[in-house]
Amino acid sequence: MTPYIGKSISRVDGVAKVTGKAKYAAEYFAPDMLYGWVISSAIAKGKITRIHTEAALQLPGVVQVFTHENRPSLAWFDVNYKDQDAPPGSPFRPLRDATILYSGQPITLVVAETLEVARFAATLVQVDYEEDDHETALEHNLHRAREPKSGVASLLKSPPPKPRGDFEKAFEAAPFQTTGQHIHSVEHHNPMEMFASTVVYEKDGKLTIYDKTQGAPNSQMYVSQVFNMPFSDVRVISPYVGGAFGSGLRPQYQLFLAVLAARELKRSVRVSLTRQQMFTFGHRPATVQNVSLGATADGTIDAIRHDAIGETSRFEDYFEIVVNWAGMLYPAPHVKFTYNLVPLDTFTPLDMRAPGGVTGVPALEMEVDELAHKLGMDPIELRLKNYTERDMNEDLPYSSKELRECFRQGAERFGWASRNPEPRSMRNGHTLVGWGMATGIWDATQGPARAEAVLTVNGKLRVTSATADIGTGTYTIMTQIAADTLGMPIEDVIFRLGDSNMPLAPIEGGSWTAATVGSAVKVACEALGKKLFKMAQKMKDSPFADAKWEDVWFSDAHILLKTNPYAAVSLLEIVGQNGGRAVSETATSLPNMLEQRKYARAVHSAAFVEVEVDEDFGTVRVTRAVTAVAGGRILNPKTARSQIIGGMVWGISKALEEESVMDHQFGRFMNHNLAEYHVAVNADIQDLDVIFVDETDTIVNPLGVKGLGEIGIVGMPAAVANAVFHATGKRIRSLPITLDKLL
Amino acid sequence: MQTTLSPETRADLAPSLPQKQAIKLTINGTVHHLELAPWTTLLDALREYLHLTGTKKGCDHGQCGACTVLVDGKRINSCLTLAVMKEDSDITTIEGLAAENGLHPLQTAFVEHDAYQCGYCTPGQICSAVGLMNEGQAKTIDDIRELMSGNLCRCGAYPHIVDAIREVMHIEPKS
Ligand code: FES
Ligand code: FES
Repeated sequence: MTPYIGKSISRVDGVAKVTGKAKYAAEYFAPDMLYGWVISSAIAKGKITRIHTEAALQLPGVVQVFTHENRPSLAWFDVNYKDQDAPPGSPFRPLRDATILYSGQPITLVVAETLEVARFAATLVQVDYEEDDHETALEHNLHRAREPKSGVASLLKSPPPKPRGDFEKAFEAAPFQTTGQHIHSVEHHNPMEMFASTVVYEKDGKLTIYDKTQGAPNSQMYVSQVFNMPFSDVRVISPYVGGAFGSGLRPQYQLFLAVLAARELKRSVRVSLTRQQMFTFGHRPATVQNVSLGATADGTIDAIRHDAIGETSRFEDYFEIVVNWAGMLYPAPHVKFTYNLVPLDTFTPLDMRAPGGVTGVPALEMEVDELAHKLGMDPIELRLKNYTERDMNEDLPYSSKELRECFRQGAERFGWASRNPEPRSMRNGHTLVGWGMATGIWDATQGPARAEAVLTVNGKLRVTSATADIGTGTYTIMTQIAADTLGMPIEDVIFRLGDSNMPLAPIEGGSWTAATVGSAVKVACEALGKKLFKMAQKMKDSPFADAKWEDVWFSDAHILLKTNPYAAVSLLEIVGQNGGRAVSETATSLPNMLEQRKYARAVHSAAFVEVEVDEDFGTVRVTRAVTAVAGGRILNPKTARSQIIGGMVWGISKALEEESVMDHQFGRFMNHNLAEYHVAVNADIQDLDVIFVDETDTIVNPLGVKGLGEIGIVGMPAAVANAVFHATGKRIRSLPITLDKLL
Repeated sequence: MQTTLSPETRADLAPSLPQKQAIKLTINGTVHHLELAPWTTLLDALREYLHLTGTKKGCDHGQCGACTVLVDGKRINSCLTLAVMKEDSDITTIEGLAAENGLHPLQTAFVEHDAYQCGYCTPGQICSAVGLMNEGQAKTIDDIRELMSGNLCRCGAYPHIVDAIREVMHIEPKS
C-alpha cells in the first residue's frame, strides 16, 4: 500500500458539502423550538435608563423579552467568563447591567415562537439611554498608549524582545535609511456563516448545543462555568463551521443568550446573529506602526526599529505579535521593538487570520522594498544579503528554513528575472504594470491534544478528537494520518470531530491543528496498533508469538511480520477475538519541549504579485500572483493549496479592499454589511499559483508539518503594495490601497 | 441596529400580525403545503419551515449569494423573495440538483477541484453556476469570474470554483 499522506485526496466531507447535507449550527431542529432575536445598543457609551418591552410582550407569539433587569443571577467572578482565548482583563458579560460599553452591544433578547415574530417584536422594543462621551478613534488617542497587561495569554504571545545593540546610533550612522508610518483600520472576519447557537433543552434540563465555534470544548467550558452547570450536563456539537478565521476562538454572545433563554424558559432556543451584528464583537485591531531601517551601501541592514500601537477595549487587553518579526527575519545587530495599546470604547479585538503577523510583516516588508529601491538593489538580493538561519530574538537556530528556495522557485515561476527595477517602467496599454514581492513568516507550533482510535467489530477504524474543521481540511488530513498509521484503506477510516464529548483538543487556531491533533491521532492509532498486536500474539497459532513490536508493520488492514510478508493476521480477525466488542485506545500527544526549545520554529513564504493600475482611475487589479511556501511536510497538496490560495485571496482583499469604517461621532461601524464592507469577489481574483518547496523538519512535531492556515496571507499585502509602488512610483503605507490614495 | 418606533405607532402595529395563509410550494419536484404569513421569505420557508437547510443564509440582504436557488431554472436570491410569491414556480435547491444516487456534474467537479473550504457558500455557488449555464452567456474564464461575482466565498476558493465550472462548461483554461 502506498501511503495516503502526501497524496491529493479529495475532501472526505466533500460530498456532504456539495449536496447541502453538511449541517451548520443554525440547521438543527428541536420540537417547539423558540427563536431569539438580539437587540443591539444604539449608543457607544453610557447607560440604559429604561427598556420598554410592553408592546413586544403583548404581541401574540412573543414568549419573553430578556434584559439586564430580568435576567437570572449568574456566576459572579470574572474567571468564570474566561474562555481559552481570553486576553487579560474582565470579559464582557451580556445583560450584566445597564452599562453600555460599545455600540452594538447586545442589550435585549426577544424570544418568540417564530423567527419572524421575534424579529418584528424586536422593532417594538424602545430603549432610552443616557449617553456619555466616547472615544473610538485610535489616531486621536495615541498619547494614551501604554504597555499591555500580561496574563495567561502572554504565554503564547511573547512580548517584544529587549532592544539589542544601539539602534539610535547605528541608524544615525547608516548611509541608507528608510522610515515610514503604516496604518490600517479595523477589519472584521465576516465568515459566510453568521454566528448561531441552537440550544436543545433535554428533558432532564441537560443541554445539547449546536454552536458555531473553533473549539466545542471551549464553548462547553464557558457555558458550564457561567451557568454553573456540571460539564456532563452541557454537550457542545459543531461538526461543520461555515468559516471563522479566528472569530470562533471565543464563544460569541449568541451562545450566552441562547443558553440563558433555554434555561429560563425550559425550551429549546435558536439565536442567530444578523450580518450587521457580525460587526459587534471581535475584530482585527486598527494599528499604527513606525518602521525604520538603516543599512550600509552594500545592503547590510544594521539597524531596525519597529513600534506599534494597537487598540483594545476598555475591559480587556487584547494584544498580538506585531513588532517581533523583524528579529526573526533579519539579523541586524541594532534593534528596538515596542508595542503598546490604547483602550477605546469598542469591543475587544480578536485574533483574525495571522493576527499580528499580517499587521507587522507587511509594514516591515514595505520598508525593506523601499530600502532596496534606495540602494538600487534587487529586492530578493537585499533579502538574501540579510538572510538568517537563526531567530535573533531567541538566539536560536531554525529547526528548518527553506526560505531561500522559496525565493528561487517563486522568482523562477513568476519570471522575476525580466523585471525592470525602475518604477513606472512597465505598461500594458494605458495601464501601469508593477511587480512586487515580499517575505512571509508565521510560527510553527504544537500543543497537547488527545484522540481516541477504535477498531469496530466490522473492522473499520474510527478516530475522534474534539477539534474543529473550519474549512481547513482537518477531517481529511486526520483520516489520511489514521489510515497510514494502521495501514488501513482510507474508505474504512472515519474521523470525527467537533463534539465536546470527544477526547480533548485545543481551539483550532494559529495554524497548529495539523501538528497538534495530527500528532494525537498518530499516537492514538499507534496505541491501538500495539493493543491489537498484543491481542494477535495471544491468538491460537499466532505468527507473532515470539515477535516484538519492532518486528511488525501494518498494511492492507493486516499486521505483518517485516521479515515474512506471508505471516499476517487481519485486523478484522483480531477484533473478532474480542467477544463481539470493539477495541479502543485513547492517547495524548505532548510536544517534545526538551528538543523543541533548542530551536526556533517557523513557516516561511515568498509572495510575488503583478498588478495593473489604471492611471486615470487609480484602480488596482492583481493580475497574477505566485506564493512559494516552505511549510514542512505537506499532508495533502490539494487541501494545502486551497489553504494557501485562500490566504492569498485574503491578502489581496486586505491590501486593496477591507476596512471597517467607523463614524466616530456615533462610535459605530457604518459599513456593517457585505455590500459596503468589501471582500474580494470572484472577479477580483485572477491567476494564483502556489509552490510548496521541499522542507524536512524532524523537530517541529512527529509529522514534520508546520501548518498552513496563516502563511498564505502574511506575505501578500506587502507584495501587492510593493507592486503598486513599482507600477506607479507611489509608496502607499495605509491599507487598503483604495483608488483615492493613488490619484 | 434596531429600529425604534414611537409609542403610538407601536399601539397600532401590535395587534396586527399578518395572517397566515395556506400556500403551496413546488420544491425539487415535490409539492409542499404550508401555512405561512406573507412576510416569510423563500429562504426562511426552506430553512426554518421545510428544514431544507442546504440553502444558506449569509446576509439576508441580497449581498452574498449564499441563498441562491433556481426558480424555473433562473438563479435568484431566495432571501429577497417572499415565499407566497413563488406558488406557481418550480423551485430547485441544492438538495434537488443531483439525479438519484448520484451527483450533478457540477457537484462532482466541485469535489474534484476542491472548490470550497468551509462549504458554506458552496450550495449557493453550485446553484448559481447551474443558473449561469442556463443563461448561456459565459464564454470565457473572465465571463465566469464576472458572472459568478454575486456569490461571495470568504474562504477565497474562487480559482478552484472557476476551474470546476469551466470544466463542466468545456471552456479552455486560458480563454
Ligand atoms: S443570504 Fe441572500 S444574498 Fe445573502
Ligand atoms: S467555502 Fe467557505 S465561504 Fe466559500
